[in-house]
Amino acid sequence: MSVEVLNAAPHAHSRVTVSRAMISVMVCLAPATGFGLFQFGWPAVNLFVLTLVSALGFEILCLLIAGRQIAKFATDGSAILTGWLVAMTLPPWAPWYVAVLGAGIAIVIGKHAFGGLGQNLFNPAMVARAMLLIALPVQMTLWVMPDPIVSANAPGFLDALAITFGQQTDFDAISSASTLGMVQSGLDAGRTLSEIMSQGYSLHDRFVGFVPGSLGETSTVLLLAGGLALVGLRIISLTIPLTVLGSVALLSAVAHTLAPQQYVPPEMQLSSGALMMCAFFIATDYVTSPMTSLGQAIYGCGIGALIFVIRTWGAFPEGVAFSVLLMNACTPLIDTYTRPRIFGRDRAGKPLEIGKGRS
Amino acid sequence: MALLSAISGTSRRKLFSFRGGVHPQPNKFLSRDSEIEDMPLPSLIRVPLQQHIGVEAEPLVRRDDHVLKGQLIGQARGPVSANIHAPTSGRVIAVGHFAAPHPSGLPVPTITIRPDGKDEWGPRLPRLRPGTATPDDIAERVREAGIVGMGGATFPAAVKLNLRSKYDLHTLVINAAECEPYLTCDDRLMREFAEEVCDGIGFMARALGVTKIIVAIESNKADAVAAMRSHVGALGPDAGITVVPTQYPMGSEKHLVRTVTGQETPARMLTAEMGIIVHNAATAFAVHQAVRYGEPLISRIVTVSGRGVHRPANIRVLIGTPLADVLNHCGGMTGEANRLLLGGPMMGQPIRNLRVPVIKGTNGVLALTAAESRSSEALPCIRCGACVRSCPCGLTPLEMNQLIQADDLTGAVDVGLMDCISCGSCTFICPSNIPLVQAFNYAKGKLAQQQSMKHQQEETKRLAAARKAREDAIAEAKRLAMEKHKAMAAARKQAAAEKAAAEETSAGEAAE
Repeated sequence: MSVEVLNAAPHAHSRVTVSRAMISVMVCLAPATGFGLFQFGWPAVNLFVLTLVSALGFEILCLLIAGRQIAKFATDGSAILTGWLVAMTLPPWAPWYVAVLGAGIAIVIGKHAFGGLGQNLFNPAMVARAMLLIALPVQMTLWVMPDPIVSANAPGFLDALAITFGQQTDFDAISSASTLGMVQSGLDAGRTLSEIMSQGYSLHDRFVGFVPGSLGETSTVLLLAGGLALVGLRIISLTIPLTVLGSVALLSAVAHTLAPQQYVPPEMQLSSGALMMCAFFIATDYVTSPMTSLGQAIYGCGIGALIFVIRTWGAFPEGVAFSVLLMNACTPLIDTYTRPRIFGRDRAGKPLEIGKGRS
Repeated sequence: MALLSAISGTSRRKLFSFRGGVHPQPNKFLSRDSEIEDMPLPSLIRVPLQQHIGVEAEPLVRRDDHVLKGQLIGQARGPVSANIHAPTSGRVIAVGHFAAPHPSGLPVPTITIRPDGKDEWGPRLPRLRPGTATPDDIAERVREAGIVGMGGATFPAAVKLNLRSKYDLHTLVINAAECEPYLTCDDRLMREFAEEVCDGIGFMARALGVTKIIVAIESNKADAVAAMRSHVGALGPDAGITVVPTQYPMGSEKHLVRTVTGQETPARMLTAEMGIIVHNAATAFAVHQAVRYGEPLISRIVTVSGRGVHRPANIRVLIGTPLADVLNHCGGMTGEANRLLLGGPMMGQPIRNLRVPVIKGTNGVLALTAAESRSSEALPCIRCGACVRSCPCGLTPLEMNQLIQADDLTGAVDVGLMDCISCGSCTFICPSNIPLVQAFNYAKGKLAQQQSMKHQQEETKRLAAARKAREDAIAEAKRLAMEKHKAMAAARKQAAAEKAAAEETSAGEAAE
C-alpha cells in the first residue's frame, strides 16, 4: 500500500475542460452550418473544409515556431473553432485564397501574434473578417442564390472544385445580398422603406434562411437554436446574447417609431443571421469578453448599440465585425471597473460596518 | 406565513444566499448508509502534542510510564492551546518526534503509546449537572477535556466559549453543513446520536449565554434533519434547524452565517463581533461527552471513503491510530487508489506516509482513484470567467493568478488576495485546470514569510539601535566622568600650584 501522488487540494474537478467547451460550441454551430452547406452546395463544402484545414495548419505552424507542445495545444479544438467561425462568415462560393487568407489572419495575426490561446485582445474570427472585407471587398461581397445541393442546377463536386480553386467566377453572382444592404442602397437612392421592403425577402424566409448570404449566417432560426443549446449546456450565459439583441431591438424600435420610413423595424434587424451569430457565438467568446456579468452586460449593450449605429448610418451594411472589435478593445477597461464586490467589503473595498448587513 | 412556519416546525426560516460556490459530485452515497462502527485497538498509538491551532502542549509523561485511558499526558501551554489525553491504557514507549499528518511529513513532538489491551479508564472528571453548572464550569470543562473545533479547523473550543466576556453574543450557529464531498461523519453522528449532539449544543449555548440556536444542515441530509428535529426543538423556543442549500463552501463559517442570518461578517473580523458563534456538530458531541461523563476528547468519527478503498465506512477512531490500521479495517486500498487524503476532496491534505496518526481534526480519510481526482495537466487561461463566477468571496482569481505569476504580490493583495478563504472553488471549476488556489496559498505563505522576515529585520535593527544607544550612553557617561575627573585633577593641580605659589611668595617674603 503506497500512494505516490501528492497534489495540492482541491482533488475534485468539474470535468468541464477547454476542449469540451470548444466541441460544444462546434456542435451547436453544426445545424446552421449544415443548413448553409446544404443550401450552397459543394463549393461551400470545399470552402468550409479548406478553412478548417488551413486554420489547423497555421496553428501547428505557429506552435512550431513558438516551440510549444503541438500535441497538447493543437488538439484543444480552439483553432478548428476559429477556422469554423471564419468560414461561417465567408461568401459561400468565395475562391480558395479567401479561405486560406482568412484562416491565416485569424490564427497568425488574431491569435498567435498576441501569444496564443487566451492571450488575444481581439476576436480572431472578427479580425479576419474585418481585414478580408477591407482587403478583398469584391470577393467578400459576391453572393449566390441558395440552390440546395440536391437540386439539378447545383454544381457537382468537380464543378465546385473549379469554382473554389479555379478562376471561374462566371456564376450568377449578386453583389448585394443582405436585405439590410439592399435597404441601405435603396434609401441612398431616395426610395422609401416600404417600397424597398416590398421587393425584399419575406421575414419568414429571412428567419429560416432561404436567402443569399454568408456560408453559415443565413438561417437565423438555426443559429438561435444552437445558441440556446449552448446556454442550456452552460457553456455561455444569457447575459451577452440578451444585451446584444435587446439593445439592437430597443434602438431600432425607437428609431422606427420616430421615423418609420427611414429606419427598418426591429424584427428586420433581429432576423439577420449575422446578428444572431454575433450575439450567441462571436460576442460570447471567452477570451475577448469581460469576466463578470455586469461587465458582460455593458459589453453586450455596447456591441448592440454599435451594430445599430453602423448598420443605420455607417458605410458597411454589416456592423457586427467592427462593433465586436471596438468593444473587444474596451474589455480590459470594463474588467477593471466591474470587479465583483468582495465578501465582507463594500464596492469600494472598505470592510462593511457591523449591523448594516450588506451594501 | 407565521402560522405555516409554526405548523411545519422551525425549519422554515428565511434563507439568504451568497454569490458563487460550486456543486461538486457529493459521492456521499459511498458511506452514507454505513453505521458508525468501533475499531479494534491498534497495536501502537502516536499522539502528536500539536493537534490544534496555537501552541503545542507540554508532555507530562516520560518513557516507560504507564498511562490510563483518559489520563492527561500533554498540558495546554498558553491561552490558545489544548490538553492532550491518553486514548487508551498502556505503556509510553517514546516521547519524541514523529512525522506529522501533513503533506510535509515534518517531525512534530509525539507521544507513542503501546496499548496494554485492557483499555482501562483512569479517574474521569466529575460530571456536571445541567441545572447547576455555570457557564464558567462548562467552559472550564471543555478546556480540560482538550476539545477543539472538529470540523477541521481545530481551534480550541473553550477559547470560543469564553468569548462571551468580550462580545455581546446572541446566537449559536451549529455548522452541520458538511459541504465537503464524500464526508458523512457528521451526518451519521446526527442520525445516530441526535440526542447527545443536541445535549452538547445545549451546554454550549449555556456557556455562551445565548438562547437563539440555529442548526444548519445541508439539504442532502434529510435523515439527519429528521433525527435532529425533535431534539433541537427541546432546546428552547428559539432553537431550530435551518436546511441550507447543498452548495460548496456552505460550511465556511462566514458564508454559513450569511446564509442563515443574512448578516455578512465584515472583512478581517470575527462572527463573534456580530454576536454570533459557530461550532461544529461533532464538537457539540465532544462537549456532551466531556460535560455529562467527564470523558476527554480521545476519539472521533472518521469517514473512510473514496473508490480507492474496499469498504467505505464511518468509524469511531481513537486519536493517534495510524492511518494504515484505519485503512486495513476497511479492507485496505484497491490497486487503483492514486492518492490518499486527510479531509475532503476540496480542501483535504494529500498524505504519503501511512504511519501518520488520525488526529482531532481528521474528519475523513479518502483514497481516491485517478478517475475521480483532478489531473495535474494545465492549459493556458482562456478567460472564461468561471473562476470569477464561482468565487464565494467575490474575487477575480484569474487576475490574481496573473499578478502572482508575474511576482507582483502587492498587486495581488490590492485585488483581494487576503480575502481568499482557499476553498478551491476556482480550481475545481477551471476548464484549463490551472492551479489557482495553489498559487494563492503560495502567495499567502510567501507574504507571511516576507512579513516575518521584515519583522525580524526590524527587531534586529531595533535591538542593534538599543545596544548602540546603551553603548553610547555608557561612553558618554565615561566621557563625562573622565571630564569631571580631569576637571577635578586640573582644579587640584591649580589649587596646588596656587598654594605652592602662595607658599613661595610667603616664603620669599619671609626670607626677605
